[in-house]
Amino acid sequence: MSARIAGFSALALAALALLAFVPRLGNAYYLALAISLLQYTVLATAWGMFSGPTRYVSLATTAFFGVGAYTVAVLGEILPWPLVLLTAAALGAIVAGIVGLSTLRLSGVYFVIFTFGLTELIRQLVVWFEVNKSRVLGRYVFVNITQADIYWQLLALTAAVFLLGWLIARSRLGFALRVIGEDETVAKHCGINTTFAKVALFTISATVMTLVGAIMAPRWTYIEPSIAFNSMISFQVLIMALLGGAHRLWGPVLGAVPLTLLFELLSARFPNTFTIILGCIFLLIVYMLPRGVAGLFEKLSTRTSGKTAQRVAA
Amino acid sequence: MSQDTQTAVLEIDGLRRAFGGLVAVNDLGFSVGQGEIMGLLGPNGSGKTTALNLISGVLRPDAGTIRLMGQNIAGLASYRIARLGLARTFQLVRVLDGMDCRENIKAGLAFQKPHLPVAEAELRIDTLLHRVGLAGHDRRPAADLTYIDRKRLELARALAAGPRLLLLDEWLAGLNPSELAIGIDLIRSLKADGITIVLVEHVMAAVRALCDRCIVMSSGRKIAEGATADVLSDAAVVKAYLGGVATDA
Ligand SMILES: Nc1ncnc2c1ncn2[C@@H]1O[C@H](COP(=O)(O)OP(=O)(O)OP(=O)(O)O)[C@@H](O)[C@H]1O
Ligand SMILES: [Mg+2]
Repeated sequence: MSARIAGFSALALAALALLAFVPRLGNAYYLALAISLLQYTVLATAWGMFSGPTRYVSLATTAFFGVGAYTVAVLGEILPWPLVLLTAAALGAIVAGIVGLSTLRLSGVYFVIFTFGLTELIRQLVVWFEVNKSRVLGRYVFVNITQADIYWQLLALTAAVFLLGWLIARSRLGFALRVIGEDETVAKHCGINTTFAKVALFTISATVMTLVGAIMAPRWTYIEPSIAFNSMISFQVLIMALLGGAHRLWGPVLGAVPLTLLFELLSARFPNTFTIILGCIFLLIVYMLPRGVAGLFEKLSTRTSGKTAQRVAA
Repeated sequence: MSQDTQTAVLEIDGLRRAFGGLVAVNDLGFSVGQGEIMGLLGPNGSGKTTALNLISGVLRPDAGTIRLMGQNIAGLASYRIARLGLARTFQLVRVLDGMDCRENIKAGLAFQKPHLPVAEAELRIDTLLHRVGLAGHDRRPAADLTYIDRKRLELARALAAGPRLLLLDEWLAGLNPSELAIGIDLIRSLKADGITIVLVEHVMAAVRALCDRCIVMSSGRKIAEGATADVLSDAAVVKAYLGGVATDA
């Protein structure tokens, strides 16, 4: 077991080292694409960390992404960059904590609707604040961050998210979340403080999403609420995580990579009908792959191992 | 059976819960001594499951006190009550279908404080699998189990916590005669371990074999209480069950 872990870590480190060289290729298009890939990989993985085991479907991804981006727009020129990121993470965690405590008692469809409404609420709050208090509707982002810097930060965050997810999955908290996902009543009778467990994981997941927003913000030179709080992100991340399979840590990335490439292609070719196509893809995924690509792999691998077992028995 | 000489494990007084206009549990009171098996009887809809839900914290009482080893737990969150030493099974079996048998039992003990060392926890899981008759089913997904095995697994999960008080809601229902005999022996062995039990049951043979005392509910109220044999021959009880069931051996 520990040999397997060692082997896997070596492989992961090698992949990381290799990926770190992408900006050195000197191709702006590939770098931009690689940034998109990492962005959605982190967002979908963070989404799956909470929604996978609990089966609570959140549409709040955009809300946290936007909080991160807006923190940069406001503080980017005032504070040193690491402090800006830290502030963004703290804000994201606080918002997530409050939202979690007030909504995670809701179940099923109410939670979905609330998280969707939350994005709109935060966006309107920002608009109101900017118009009435700071008297601007958009802000220029002047920070000294290059595309390569963005890429490397996202890469580091990707590594951190996978490490964190792996640690949580092995922890008592991770097990608690799985029990909650199976049956919340049983979870409570097993002595699990279900509210705490859900809020804790929701907060961790949201903090990561906020960081993605903050790291991505310098990509725009001008930010306004409709850019930072673009609700399409929530839907895209949801579709990616479901396609990949949110019940596994490595599931969402299997959806994020192909769909980012596909979305990139579609939004360039069919800018007007893009959302309709997105909707159709979503329906297809839910219908054809209820447990995602990860579920498909598991099915295939149990089928083949079942065959070998039969062969051994024969 | 003298409760007076020892503190009761469970002491209920003036318990009440209504759903809209329907009073499902009405001024219910009883106490259960250490190591006792208390039968909770009554016709369908008389409020037995609601009473268990109130005791285990699934529902909040409208009024009344529930003392678990002296501490009032009425209205406490169910995870807190569970950590105080109460475990239960459900009338409609609840196992964790997406997990294997081992993990199901692990769920029962992993969140009790203080946490057990891993080796000790694994050992307890093995013992429990064996005890409920699921030895060798370790890695079997709970979803693949038969009805009776699901019941066994649910009981093992409840026992994993090492409870002082165990609430069983018709755990023996739907078993065939030989399974019933095994089930009765199993519950009796729990009593021998010092676990106090509240047993909701329609199977009268099991009630006779297991319960030290019984209370009988009808429309949310307690209509009889006492030693099992006395209660089962009580005229009011027989009437509540419309003649047949209570006298049936
Ligand atoms: N959550 C609920 N909401 C509304 N009414 C309820 C609820 N739970 C129970 N009741 C009602 O309370 C009454 C008592 O139900 P309860 O389940 O406690 O009966 P029971 O004695 O366990 O019956 P059975 O032997 O059929 O299991 C019934 O009339 C039932 O319909
Ligand atoms: Mg019942």
